Amino acid sequence: MTNLPLLLSAAINWHTVFFYLVSFAACGFALAMVVSNNVVRMAFFLVISLAATSGLIFLTGAHFVGAMQLMIYVGGTVVLLIFGVMLTAQQAFISMKTKAGDWILALIVGGSLLALLTQIAFSVPAWRTSNYQAQLQAEVTAAEEEIIAAMAADNRTELTPEEEARLRPLLAKLKYGQPGLTSQVGLGLVGVRADQPELDSPGYAGYLLPFEIVSVHLLVVLIGAAYLARSKRSVSPTGEGGH
Amino acid sequence: MDFLTEPVGLSHFLAVGAFLFAIGAVCMATKRNTLGVLMGVELILNGANVNFVAFASPYFREENLGLEGSLLALFVIVLAAAEAAVALAIALNYYNNHSTIDVDKANELKG
Repeated sequence: MTNLPLLLSAAINWHTVFFYLVSFAACGFALAMVVSNNVVRMAFFLVISLAATSGLIFLTGAHFVGAMQLMIYVGGTVVLLIFGVMLTAQQAFISMKTKAGDWILALIVGGSLLALLTQIAFSVPAWRTSNYQAQLQAEVTAAEEEIIAAMAADNRTELTPEEEARLRPLLAKLKYGQPGLTSQVGLGLVGVRADQPELDSPGYAGYLLPFEIVSVHLLVVLIGAAYLARSKRSVSPTGEGGH
Repeated sequence: MDFLTEPVGLSHFLAVGAFLFAIGAVCMATKRNTLGVLMGVELILNGANVNFVAFASPYFREENLGLEGSLLALFVIVLAAAEAAVALAIALNYYNNHSTIDVDKANELKG
């Protein structure tokens, strides 16, 4: 039994707590998905796993990507998959058992892949922990102390505009993470790099061309999907058509 | 309970991404159902996406990918949606013609 008052008095890092919650949900439901043989249950577990992954993305500060993950994956792709299940699944095909040999081979391959990747992930010492929060907190505290000292020296009670302009971005960073990222993503997609203003020809570093390519690709794929999924032609009496 | 007070690093996110990737690979290899294989592909793309956003985050590294990582993750999400749409269309077409979605029976194209 751990010492509960001691635990509560220690500063619990809520970022870490939410990381463990969300990552256990993502990994656990992914595991449940693989173990399950029922397609309908697999789709349900996949929804929860993907939603938890979007929580993971929110925790890295990429809020726009996390929202897109929720909207496109959980709201779109999985609905498509569930429609696929409903349109194809009959009693006999809802659950298909896998042979034991397949399981053993896949588990060996997947397990060695996981062991290799995890070892690589933990092999760099600088990646194991982060001092970002402590550094930012120290920066904010130093700025506040400096400003308070200046205010005491001048015998005034209000911030000057310069001091406020210095403090505000720091506090916003502490409170909201990366508030400007969403607009930077939008500008990057039309070819302007707001995060790297030192680039002298910003148009060449943007993502306008990949964005256009992906748009046209999406259009082509949707037309192709509609063509492939069209209703089956009926066989004509002369034997033409059909297969 | 020391691990709850320390900030997580990049490694933890990479480990979760690796886990999702491995689970997706196992899912693709073991499921006989076409839709199950598709769900495995979705999991693999998600694992890759977790790595992209983790490398892009300033919370873990000084020299991060920044905007690049977010944009690549967005492209991966869009391409995954496109892939799911066309693969489902193929699965539906196959089901219409053969009344099954068992990948083991899909050996008509064997060369």
